[in-house]
Amino acid sequence: MYSDPRVIDFVTRHFVPVRVHVKENAAEFKRLGERFTAQWTPTTLLVDASGTERHRIEGFLPVQDFLSQLELGLAKAAFARKDYRSAERLYRDVLDRYPDTDAAPEAQYWTGVSKYRATNDPADLKATGDAFRQRYQDSTWAKKASVWT
Amino acid sequence: MAQQIQWGRDFGAALESVGDRLVLLDFSAAPM
Repeated sequence: MYSDPRVIDFVTRHFVPVRVHVKENAAEFKRLGERFTAQWTPTTLLVDASGTERHRIEGFLPVQDFLSQLELGLAKAAFARKDYRSAERLYRDVLDRYPDTDAAPEAQYWTGVSKYRATNDPADLKATGDAFRQRYQDSTWAKKASVWT
Repeated sequence: MAQQIQWGRDFGAALESVGDRLVLLDFSAAPM
């Protein structure tokens, strides 16, 4: 995953990358593994300045899926700091750029929630529920959004 | 464009310098 030029570019632009190797850095692997309950490799955590984990990717993913998860993490971090406009934009990016990944239905759900948080207008949730009738109907996220229609 | 990811090794130092970005913490068993 990390040798792909698209991943190198995205990681370099958006993250401070730190690698803890299970054998080369065994003590640090044990310490941080226990702190974050990381018990498998590869595990990728996106952590904010407070040390709070905002997103977790466990196991290998193909490049497009991995990129979609990284951007999902950016969106989650924006949502967590209550920057709902940025969160909506980032979730919509995931939806637009990676529509065939597992991240897409989750991003569609949270696009609606982020917009609602910014506007406080229930119509934004209803529109998201309606969108799930057009796309990703069989996803878990469609079930969660079904209460809004 | 960078040719490869410049991995850091010090998680604590990364947290101190990360600011508004996020630390990508990779637990790896891949060959170094």
